[in-house]
Amino acid sequence: MINMKKTWSLCNVTLINRVKLTSHLSKAPINFTLFLLLLCVLIIALFVGRYPIDPVTVVIILVAGIMEWIGNMIAVITGVKVSFFWSIRHTWPTAMNTVVWDVRLPRAMAVILAGSGLSVSGATYQGVFRNPLVSESILGVSAGAGVGAALAILMDQGNSVIQLSAFIFGLLAVGMTFAISRVYRSNPTLVLVLAGIIVGGLFSAIISLMKFVADPYSKLPDIVFWLMGSFSKASSANLLPIMPIFIIAMLIIILLRWQLNVLSMGDEEARSLGIDTKRFRPIVIVCSTLLTAAAVCIGGVIGWVGLIIPHISRMVVGPDHKDMIIASILLGGSYLLAVDTICRTLASVEIPISIITSILGAPIFLYLLYKAKKTWS
Amino acid sequence: MCARLEVKNATFSYDGKRNIFEDISFSVDPGDVFCILGTNGTGKSTLLRCLCNLYKLNAGSICIDGKEITTYAPKTLARKIGFIPQIHTPTFPYSVLQVVMMGRTPHLNTFATPSMNDMDIALEALRTVNIEHIKDKPYTELSGGQMQLVLMARVLAQEPEILLLDEPTSHLDVGNQISTIEMVRKLSRKGLSLIMTSHFPDHTFLSSSKVGIMKDKKFLAMGHADEVVTEENLQETYGVPIKIVRIDGEINRKIAVPVIRE
Repeated sequence: MINMKKTWSLCNVTLINRVKLTSHLSKAPINFTLFLLLLCVLIIALFVGRYPIDPVTVVIILVAGIMEWIGNMIAVITGVKVSFFWSIRHTWPTAMNTVVWDVRLPRAMAVILAGSGLSVSGATYQGVFRNPLVSESILGVSAGAGVGAALAILMDQGNSVIQLSAFIFGLLAVGMTFAISRVYRSNPTLVLVLAGIIVGGLFSAIISLMKFVADPYSKLPDIVFWLMGSFSKASSANLLPIMPIFIIAMLIIILLRWQLNVLSMGDEEARSLGIDTKRFRPIVIVCSTLLTAAAVCIGGVIGWVGLIIPHISRMVVGPDHKDMIIASILLGGSYLLAVDTICRTLASVEIPISIITSILGAPIFLYLLYKAKKTWS
Repeated sequence: MCARLEVKNATFSYDGKRNIFEDISFSVDPGDVFCILGTNGTGKSTLLRCLCNLYKLNAGSICIDGKEITTYAPKTLARKIGFIPQIHTPTFPYSVLQVVMMGRTPHLNTFATPSMNDMDIALEALRTVNIEHIKDKPYTELSGGQMQLVLMARVLAQEPEILLLDEPTSHLDVGNQISTIEMVRKLSRKGLSLIMTSHFPDHTFLSSSKVGIMKDKKFLAMGHADEVVTEENLQETYGVPIKIVRIDGEINRKIAVPVIRE
């Protein structure tokens, strides 16, 4: 009898320990809170602006829209047009519908996509290169995209061609970085970073050249504004072609996030733990490059986000990439969406987004350095 | 019947010109503890790295269970052979438990994250090396000795059949050195094969079933500690006189004592 009691209490203790451990280890509640934060910022972004809509109406417009979409889908599939008891009567002007569904929501989605893409690729690069001061532009993707965009602007192309050209040139620049790093065999990560600096410098010079030859009254302002970043031209038509690439690249990184931990311990340790670093590192780098290229081609060059968001994420959920990558997605999306909303509403003209991210980014990074001085060596 | 690990005529060179070691052969069976002695820079660590396929041999072969190691998939190899590198401080302040859980990586699906079961194994490994109390501490803030113990726990969580230890006692105080040696003995009794490099000839009497002394790219001598770790061989290896003394009674073992010449 005593024995049984003892066993039972022992069981209990292990059970309690287990629960304690999981709650200690799992950062899911924190990440869920960050998700709610993103939702809140999204709702705010949808009702704030030149055309004021109150938050309750925003939520109703969203819910009504989703209901009607579901209704339409059922109608398409079954061929029967039914009116549902849950469909909400439109008591608001059609203009509001247009503002929410066709203007603000696509823009908010583009901003969330860019913010999360930049943050995750920054986090991934920091892990792969084992350097917390590295950001998503380290391999030259932003400079390359800048050249692509400037080239398309010079050639009088439309928005979609500018976007495509930025995307392709961003990838081209990173491809060049890889090619140059192949010249040296030893210490692949260090050589890759150095090659990125070389390529970035070269492409920046080309951007300067293009600015120099551009018509100072029409083309030059366009190039300058593109390089300062803006989501004012974001629309669902711009967003859709990028979505599949973005989602696939993001999914791969999310799935490989545990292996990122091991890779960040160093090449030798990762290999002795059974990771094929020669195959794994390029996959991760290519995916994060795609994320950055997708972000940059929609919103232009946006500084600081890929550097500071991973640090804030580490501060909130700890260094384990298992939770940190998820936190980076949510925080990156919320942060950039908040900044974009400020850009839209602060002044009578829209402020380029990179100006605000830099003004905010510098002091935030200073604060992070001050807070984290103990954990870095 | 082949040995668990068999090295035949292994030769390695970084630049293709100067060999670090050449024509080295030995084999290790379950339960063996093979200790490699030698001065700094003789290539002991390089040899260990070759054994787990971090570096590729220029000539010769290394087989585990009769199969050439270069033909193993990286994950399968990591389940066969575990490597404890010399400690270094990583960039990110992972907790001790997270570092130990990384040992579970070769048992995980590429896209998976560790499960509860993996965490239990990691905790068990921490208990085995008696450091469960520091499981939540940041790894980056530990002392060198504690880091060494964490890496030991990580390799236990990896559950390999062969364990490679690169100077496992070099960062430890005497107490932790002895604990490490006791751990080595315990693991070898469980049937693991251990290969370690060491700077302490003394430790070979405590733990090793086989000793190889590396000098001038080869094994100067190889065999049982009693036959190999002799005053002559140590003098030739380290260039200083070292006495081998037997202490009877409660201690009842040989020790190696350097003689001061001045």
